[in-house]
Amino acid sequence: MRLRLVPQETNFDFFKHARLTFGASIVAVIASLVIWAMVGLNFGIDFLGGTTIRTDSTVQVDVGEYRTALDPLDLGDVVISEVFDPNFADDQHVVTVRIQAQEGAEAVTPEIITAIQTALQEAVDPAMTFPSVESVGPKVSGELIQTAIIAVLASLGAILVYIWLRFEWQFSVGAVAALIHDVILTIGVFSLFQIRFELATVAALLTIVGYSINDTVVIFDRLRENLIKYKQMALRDVMNLSANETLSRTLMTSGTTLIALIALLVLGGDVIRGFVFAIAWGVVVGTYSSIYVAKNVVLMIGVKRDWSKPSDGGGASGTQFANIDA
Amino acid sequence: MLQIPLWNRLFIILTVLVGLSFAMPNFFYGTVERHNDALAEIERTGAETPQQTEDVAAWPSYLPATLVNLGLDLRGGAHLLAEVQVEDVYVQRMDSLWPEVRDALRGLRDVVGTIRRIDAEPGLLQVRISQPEGMVSALAAVRELGQPVVSLTGGFGESTLDVSGAGDVITVQLSEAEQAATNDRTLQQSIEIVRRRVDEAGTREPTIQRQGADRILIQVPGIGSAQELKELIGTTARLTFHPVVGRASGPDADTDSRQMVLPSVDEGDGYYILEETPVVTGDDLVDSQPGFDQQTGEAIVTFRFNPTGARAFGEYTAANVGAPFAIVLDEEVISAPVIRSAITGGAGQISGNFTVEGSTELAILLRAGALPAEMTFLEERTIGPELGADSVQAGQTAALIAFAAVLIFMVASYGLFGVFASIALILNVGLIFGVLSLIGATLTLPGIAGIVLTIGMAVDANVLVFERIREELKTAKGPARAIELGYERALSAIIDANITTFIIATILFVLGSGPVRGFSVTLGIGIVTSVFTAIYVTRLLVVYWFERKRPKKIEV
Repeated sequence: MRLRLVPQETNFDFFKHARLTFGASIVAVIASLVIWAMVGLNFGIDFLGGTTIRTDSTVQVDVGEYRTALDPLDLGDVVISEVFDPNFADDQHVVTVRIQAQEGAEAVTPEIITAIQTALQEAVDPAMTFPSVESVGPKVSGELIQTAIIAVLASLGAILVYIWLRFEWQFSVGAVAALIHDVILTIGVFSLFQIRFELATVAALLTIVGYSINDTVVIFDRLRENLIKYKQMALRDVMNLSANETLSRTLMTSGTTLIALIALLVLGGDVIRGFVFAIAWGVVVGTYSSIYVAKNVVLMIGVKRDWSKPSDGGGASGTQFANIDA
Repeated sequence: MLQIPLWNRLFIILTVLVGLSFAMPNFFYGTVERHNDALAEIERTGAETPQQTEDVAAWPSYLPATLVNLGLDLRGGAHLLAEVQVEDVYVQRMDSLWPEVRDALRGLRDVVGTIRRIDAEPGLLQVRISQPEGMVSALAAVRELGQPVVSLTGGFGESTLDVSGAGDVITVQLSEAEQAATNDRTLQQSIEIVRRRVDEAGTREPTIQRQGADRILIQVPGIGSAQELKELIGTTARLTFHPVVGRASGPDADTDSRQMVLPSVDEGDGYYILEETPVVTGDDLVDSQPGFDQQTGEAIVTFRFNPTGARAFGEYTAANVGAPFAIVLDEEVISAPVIRSAITGGAGQISGNFTVEGSTELAILLRAGALPAEMTFLEERTIGPELGADSVQAGQTAALIAFAAVLIFMVASYGLFGVFASIALILNVGLIFGVLSLIGATLTLPGIAGIVLTIGMAVDANVLVFERIREELKTAKGPARAIELGYERALSAIIDANITTFIIATILFVLGSGPVRGFSVTLGIGIVTSVFTAIYVTRLLVVYWFERKRPKKIEV
């Protein structure tokens, strides 16, 4: 007996609740933007500058104790958070101490790091170790933000162009709308739960973009094929047919990817947890958006149907490339 | 029918075998690493210890011995991003140009009158002449001092100097082309010196790379902390020799312009007033050794200059017998001996209450050369080796579990075809490691995440094909045709879907740095290998199976 995530024949009407799903997406996007604007992202030192020190000790953590130890050093904003991970030994207690970039220091001051380490060892545990110390100066962090924004925009642009060349411009608008939806929702979740947003998170965002577009393209590809096959069928029905035909694959791939990601989320260690969480979330949102956002947008714009003839009035709308391997 | 030409089959099998053979050494990481280290050490020293012979023999020489580099986050070590203060060099260049400008203008004394260097912004040399009428010939004379810029990137025919006059002030600075060329040289020189200093410490496989116009990225695995690394490379050991003007009682003593006050090392609170422009600098040093003074028996450091330095040193000492001159190391006067006679051979010695260790260290620092400009550290990261090992462990466990789960999922869903896909997936991971080893890429923690993600996504191409075959089975005549159509029709979706992801991986690679780049590399390689294994390897397996069984009916 074969495992089947979906029945052999499905006939869902994905547009039946289009108002609801599309409305929900719009609400979610707006909500994300509002949360983002109100609460803001919990930027890591990659983007803010500053220092993160990871401590490892066998003494039970009392955050207040850490704070009291560091207060006399007058470091400005200090964030102390305990780290939990199933991989840790029973008597292993890990804390990250994040210190804001120090006033006027272009580069990193080793004295401060040493002072913090001594203070903690004196107050909490003389045997405390510091498995990692990372400092980023304000100059670099500013540039990192810039690069991150460029990276996200550049990938959206590149995909827009690629889909436009391979399909039709309506498709690329739909695909990019879905991607923006995914990216904004992810940022929203990061703001809402105040998950540390660092350089790796940007990589995760771009991976989401890559994954989501992957999903969308598979449906579009089938749509293109069916549009030629069923010339008389309404666009809406062809879309439903295409989504149903690829549904099994969509869920299968999302399933295997999620399995892998969940394994990594649980067992991969706390260092990359935020990163993996972003991707896992993105896989879910990306799968949703390929089915419910990208297609809706294409349906709203409408798409030229007669693929066999050259475009009317010589309007070049991308068909030249579209039939290459149909 | 399902046909793959023989040469095509051979190509597929060969590619897989080569890929796997390059991946294999990674399963014996420790052994191969010791083998490689021992080989490198023997190569370097020319001698061979029994331990090394054993290490070399532990891995057969006919097998590939390339390994995936483990990134700092997996191995532990220190990471520094340094910015080189290239402007420092402009300042030095202008200082050393001043005597030449002075000599050139002195020749025109009756036209330009008296000349005097005035204080200016760093990197500028400004000279006031008392007869502004002579400006034109003064400018011409100073311009003569410029040389054509030597650089590969253009600026042909441009002079190294940018000379302008306003009122009675001549302003000299490095021309833009020369600044660019100087930056290039400064960076290269700094990288070389950093490399030598890191090498002296005997660490393995440091990465020292230029980043952008004025930055150097330094990554050293296995070093205790970024602080240690900074101490190792940050010590400038700038050696200079200055004419002594006089003594001073404190750091705030009055000086003329172009003079400076520096503390004395061995005299507690003593200070010297020195000419700011050095006679010779450590840049002209070719060798430096620790030694002992034959008369006093105290530890000293001997040094030797290159011909340029030797000439300058000789001329100065010849002209100033009886006068003191100061040996300055990193803004401190080590000693200020009186010149007894001209030192023409270009060799000399520094004494100054050194311990034996002190003199050895100084000799190393001098030999390793001074950094041409100061460096500031913009970013530093230390990752402890235990944390790295934990991460590797966690990553491995996660990857194995993910792997097993995906395999079970695939077999449960597609039966025999799922088995084919699983074999392809195993080969795929092998190929990723093979390619990573072959191109010497560095595996980072996000890189492991990239591989795990690839494990999940790699089945996508197979899923696309299998689903398509299922569909075609409903309509097509016979299983062979269905399989063929399945592969054919799924191809465009596979290509489109993977090219878009590949675009993302490329953008990540170009714009990313450090771990992000590591992730993009594994993601990109994973896309290529997974498409290869899905389109070719699985298909080949299916074809072999089909040719053997000739089934009338298949279930996918």
